[in-house]
Amino acid sequence: MQLLLESLFNGVAIGSVLMMAALGLAIVFGLMGVINLAHGELMMLGAYTTYVVQMVFKLPAFQSIYGLYVLVAIPLAFVVSGVVGILLERTVIRRLYGSPLETLLATWGVSLILQQFVRSVPLAHAAGLILALVLGFGLPLVLPHRFFEGARARINRAITWAMSALGGVLLAGVLASQISRIARATSRNVDVTAPKWMRGGIEWMDITFPVPRLVIIVMTIVAVVGVTWFLNRSVWGMRIRAVTQNRSMSDCLGIPTDTVDVLTFGIGSGLAGVAGVAVSLLGSVGPNVGGSYIVGCFMVVVLGGVGNLLGTVLASFAIGLLTDLIGAGRLLTIWPDMPSPLAGTVTFFATTSMAQVLVFALIVVFLQFRPAGLFPQKGRMVEA
Amino acid sequence: MNAFQQRRWPLVILWVLIIAAIVAAPSVLPVFRLNLLGRFLALAIVALGIDLIWGFTGLLSLGQGIFFALGGYAAAMYLQLNSSGDLLNGIPEFFTLYGVDRLPAFWQPFHSPWFTLVAIWLIPGLLAGLLGNLVFRNRVKGVYFSILTQAALLVFFNFFNGQQKLINGTNGLKTDVTQLFGQMVGSAEMQRGFFWVTAVMVILMWLLVRWVVRGRFGDVLIAIRDDEPRLRFAGYNPTLFKTLVFAIAGSLAGIGGALYTVQSGIVSPQFMTVPFSIEMVIWVAVGGRGTLVGAILGAVAINYAKSLVSEALPQSWLFIQGGLFILVVTALPEGVIGWFRGEGPRNLMSRLGFSRPIGTYPQLEVDGNDEVQP
Repeated sequence: MQLLLESLFNGVAIGSVLMMAALGLAIVFGLMGVINLAHGELMMLGAYTTYVVQMVFKLPAFQSIYGLYVLVAIPLAFVVSGVVGILLERTVIRRLYGSPLETLLATWGVSLILQQFVRSVPLAHAAGLILALVLGFGLPLVLPHRFFEGARARINRAITWAMSALGGVLLAGVLASQISRIARATSRNVDVTAPKWMRGGIEWMDITFPVPRLVIIVMTIVAVVGVTWFLNRSVWGMRIRAVTQNRSMSDCLGIPTDTVDVLTFGIGSGLAGVAGVAVSLLGSVGPNVGGSYIVGCFMVVVLGGVGNLLGTVLASFAIGLLTDLIGAGRLLTIWPDMPSPLAGTVTFFATTSMAQVLVFALIVVFLQFRPAGLFPQKGRMVEA
Repeated sequence: MNAFQQRRWPLVILWVLIIAAIVAAPSVLPVFRLNLLGRFLALAIVALGIDLIWGFTGLLSLGQGIFFALGGYAAAMYLQLNSSGDLLNGIPEFFTLYGVDRLPAFWQPFHSPWFTLVAIWLIPGLLAGLLGNLVFRNRVKGVYFSILTQAALLVFFNFFNGQQKLINGTNGLKTDVTQLFGQMVGSAEMQRGFFWVTAVMVILMWLLVRWVVRGRFGDVLIAIRDDEPRLRFAGYNPTLFKTLVFAIAGSLAGIGGALYTVQSGIVSPQFMTVPFSIEMVIWVAVGGRGTLVGAILGAVAINYAKSLVSEALPQSWLFIQGGLFILVVTALPEGVIGWFRGEGPRNLMSRLGFSRPIGTYPQLEVDGNDEVQP
């Protein structure tokens, strides 16, 4: 019983990281039919954001509230990854609408560039660049509209961008001068240390629950509830669902599908950033950190079907639980006197990588019965 | 005279140049460069397979590395066995590191050179056929197919990477110190021989793929790419064709993998990494998908560029490669050869001010009239 609970907890913890990462991927895929191969790199950006925030909070000025850095990192990671995602949508994906395979390749190119970017650009400078982008795109939304209309519109726009660039340069300069560890480019992995309140574990019924994992589970619950609320209750959520179901009809009825695309891509990418915060709490952060999660996310999307949050949730838990059950060899601990040929097989698969082999095989078998995933979309557009 | 015949001569010249380059290479290039060229030609065979499934049939596989590596492993296993006859127990040396003293059963058939020659293309082909059939029969396609192949790739990588006792795990199998025909495989003479074998194989495989896509079979493939439901309604079974063509592409990848392995001197799970398999796609995309010469040229050119850039500026290759992915799909979707074959040169000329009269609409009308006349 105790073993079972522990196994269940670990499975849920693995599943929740997967879910947060896959959530964004699934929303974007449902809406635009686009698989974003740079999704893992957006996660990586979120993880690096956590690292930079942590370094900032280590400065003497912020020492007293060091423990709260995770809470600051979560929204920041959302914004950083979201802005990069929006930039990606505006510049590349927009041009490739209607050709998903080409989009796949283009986003792979973006992921290569992002990986090399964090290797060869100092984190402080990267932070400045991102601040400039956020301000440049964000200010026109915040400032009054008439500022960007009329005769002086172009000048005002230029001024806004100049100010944003200045802000970025200032931030980069301050960060680089204050924190020496992010002033130079490095391709080495960095470590995010959890604050004091997140170390250790909570004991309950003779089982220790590690606090970081609990925090991740809570984060996931908040993210899922938030996304569900947004999609089902808010006006823009309704528009997103409408475009997902029928793009041309929504367009006819006056829904700005362009804006919906940007918004969705931004939210999907932002969720990847939050997932990155979770990833950084579990292990060290490097340029390749996204790659190890991305294929799991694809499996979740394939298994869960498109356009259904419940499918994503169930699929990620199923994959998380199975990977943990098989990979950690828990089947043997739960059922110690297994007949020997079966036990041999179980030990053969009892590593994380071999567990992935088995889970993939199971998914292929599953697809033989339910080709469109757990919750296939109903309707007449079967071949679309 | 139609447009296609008009522009035929550049292609003939291209082929003459390619063959001249291949024939001249062994006497002009130093051994190291020749060896590189031989490897890239082996990769061109893989690219031909990808062109067949992606350029003609519209199936984007991100997992060709599986079949590539399997072909390589088959060749390496034979070479290892062939040169370890006088060793302890007659088994390859690395087994003793892991305390294995009996040859695993699946190694046994690789004592035979004939079996190996067949296995190099048959095993990858069969596996591709099996995987393809499981996926295609459920009408899983498009992006789903791509990410399933990528997941399969990762799974195979994990398997080969983790099994030290079966196939030496992450270290891979070395071939350059093994014996073939009483000579070291890594020796300069053998390498020159392998270069010739590879060059001939590229041409043979090019003829094979050309034959496949030129006939009625090829018409069906193009129909699958352009409108699969319509083809199904016309009474064809796309699953069968897709399975077959995926199996052919798998076999080509296997052959390429075997030839690459003997020239690079090692086969390891690194052949099955995700980036390498996606890279294969970009060779075809740059050269021009749907054009076979494009696939060959793309594979050789990109790899040459990669080795040159990596020697000079190791940092920047990923930037260049990433930019290439984005640039090709947004600005040059037909690839270089496709650009030359299509309206590319004419558009460029007219943009530069040397425009020639274009006869699109009247010509269409003439065609229409032809049909009306009895």
